[in-house]
Amino acid sequence: MAGFFSLNVLQTALEVGLIYGLVALALFISFSILNIADLSTDGCFTLGCAVGAMLTIAGHPILALFAAMAAGVLSGYVTAFLQTRLGVESILAGIIVNTALYTINLAVMGFSSNVSIFGRDTVFTLTRGLLGDSPTSRILVLAALLAVVCILLIRFFGTTLGLSIRATGDSPDMVSASSINPKLTITVGLCLSNSLTALSGCLIGQYNKTCDINLGTGMVTIALASLIIGEVFAGKKGGVARRVFCVVLGSIVYRFIIAIALRLNISTEYFKLVSAVIVAVAIATPRVRERAKLERIKSMSRRMRAERKEGAADA
Amino acid sequence: MLEVQRISKTFNAGTVNEKKAIQNLSLTLRDGEFATIVGSNGAGKSTLFNAIAGTFYVDQGSVTLNGADITFLPEHKRSSSIGHLFQDPLKGTAPHMTIEENLAVAYLRTARRGSLFSRVTKKDRELFREKLRELDMGLEDRMKTPVGLLSGGQRQALTLLMATMVTPELLLLDEHTAALDPVTAEKVLELTKRVVSEGKLSCLMITHNMQQALSLGTRTIMMDGGRIVLDLSGDARKGMTVPDLLEQFAAKSGQKFDNDRILLSTIEEQE
Ligand SMILES: Nc1ncnc2c1ncn2[C@@H]1O[C@H](COP(=O)(O)OP(=O)(O)OP(=O)(O)O)[C@@H](O)[C@H]1O
Ligand SMILES: [Mg+2]
Repeated sequence: MAGFFSLNVLQTALEVGLIYGLVALALFISFSILNIADLSTDGCFTLGCAVGAMLTIAGHPILALFAAMAAGVLSGYVTAFLQTRLGVESILAGIIVNTALYTINLAVMGFSSNVSIFGRDTVFTLTRGLLGDSPTSRILVLAALLAVVCILLIRFFGTTLGLSIRATGDSPDMVSASSINPKLTITVGLCLSNSLTALSGCLIGQYNKTCDINLGTGMVTIALASLIIGEVFAGKKGGVARRVFCVVLGSIVYRFIIAIALRLNISTEYFKLVSAVIVAVAIATPRVRERAKLERIKSMSRRMRAERKEGAADA
Repeated sequence: MLEVQRISKTFNAGTVNEKKAIQNLSLTLRDGEFATIVGSNGAGKSTLFNAIAGTFYVDQGSVTLNGADITFLPEHKRSSSIGHLFQDPLKGTAPHMTIEENLAVAYLRTARRGSLFSRVTKKDRELFREKLRELDMGLEDRMKTPVGLLSGGQRQALTLLMATMVTPELLLLDEHTAALDPVTAEKVLELTKRVVSEGKLSCLMITHNMQQALSLGTRTIMMDGGRIVLDLSGDARKGMTVPDLLEQFAAKSGQKFDNDRILLSTIEEQE
């Protein structure tokens, strides 16, 4: 492996995998837990980056993280409001918010499509003082951050509210018969999920030292691919803790796959197609398997019927 | 005490599919009273339960529970005091959550109302284990098992436990044993009897088994066309037999009792 990759490539994959792991976690909440396809993810990722970039430029790199998360909460709230209060179809609600966010993101960036954070302090330069300037320090910072987020999420999903959110996605019938208000649980879930997406956007901005209006395009598919890889690791019977960690692992693995593709000189233009194929195949697999099983049962019963007829004819 | 006063519910009003599911129905259930409800398919039995549980609001009339007017209270606010079980055992539980997590959802929300961030404590877990042991299905040793892996009967027993762990003011059972095999159905029914009598619960139970309708609880209600056509208790009920009941129904509604599941269960009993 070490011969195939330079250390640098591995480190970058790990760093970026950790950062994008936050979006995979966001989709874990909306897609896996709440059973909602939240298509505002792309726009919300850029929103986090834009808000974060502006505050970083103003000299507040730490505040930028929290501001980005707050912006994400707001965006998630609007998506949830459209769904739960105004009866907009959940997929459509995401698309509407995503479209609106394009303009809002531009406005945040002062109506320019690209903003540079070069030469400003970021979370990564600030922690440099503590840990020395090396990729290792960046990985440590990110790993620590992800660990905190994962542990908080796992703890949260064990509380009354967290359990209620999980029940909302798992059994709508049960929810209406328990004293759970699905409007509240969907709203909290989407706010939480989008805050993570925006945090990820903010970190990637500080990491790349730039923010581009098209940064988030295709993000939802990439994150879904990571999520699906993660769910494979977690297996069918994994508890929440295992699933949360596996989602982050899935994001890192996805980045390694991309790194391999890069090493094989596959042009970057193909990446989005590759992620799309991964997602389509992974989501379609269970259904195809079911079909195959059904066909097997059908052909078996047909054979049995034919055999019975033969038996009757013999007698 | 449950007081249902002159409620009506029409589905798809003003269209060709208009259906008057409940018509000017009144019903009073005293504290601790256990009544069974029978009626043909489409008589409006489930609709009555849904109206009481708040799945929808009624078009007319009012629903009062222990003095509080709940006519326009949203469903999730009623469900902390009303337990509602359905025929489908899959409806009452979350399949991908463990037994413990399912119980926690039911328990924490009602027992510690208002505190969104409370977690299952050791004491809660002990209580869950205790309650599961009473079911006598070995579930107390499988608290970390996802509910989706349990059998229909086990899931229905668990749902009953979830609905009654914090004593509800009213328990609604909508043919909750109809989808189970006879042995399991019997077990869940025994459990129901015990839970209702131990908790002195006020309970309404829809059944398609006429024998059950006469033997369980202290009152038998018969519905037809969105109305109550017969309400038996005390001595009038004691002398009743299943054929009497069917005859009474024919006399009251001017038609034969038409419920495919009842026909089935009558055949089974004759065999
Ligand atoms: N949500 C709904 N929308 C439209 N019509 C409905 C709805 N719910 C019930 N109905 C209609 O109202 C009538 C009463 O239905 P209900 O489910 O209460 O019958 P039931 O007495 O429970 O019958 P069963 O013994 O078959 O369960 C039926 O004609 C049914 O088609
Ligand atoms: Mg019914």
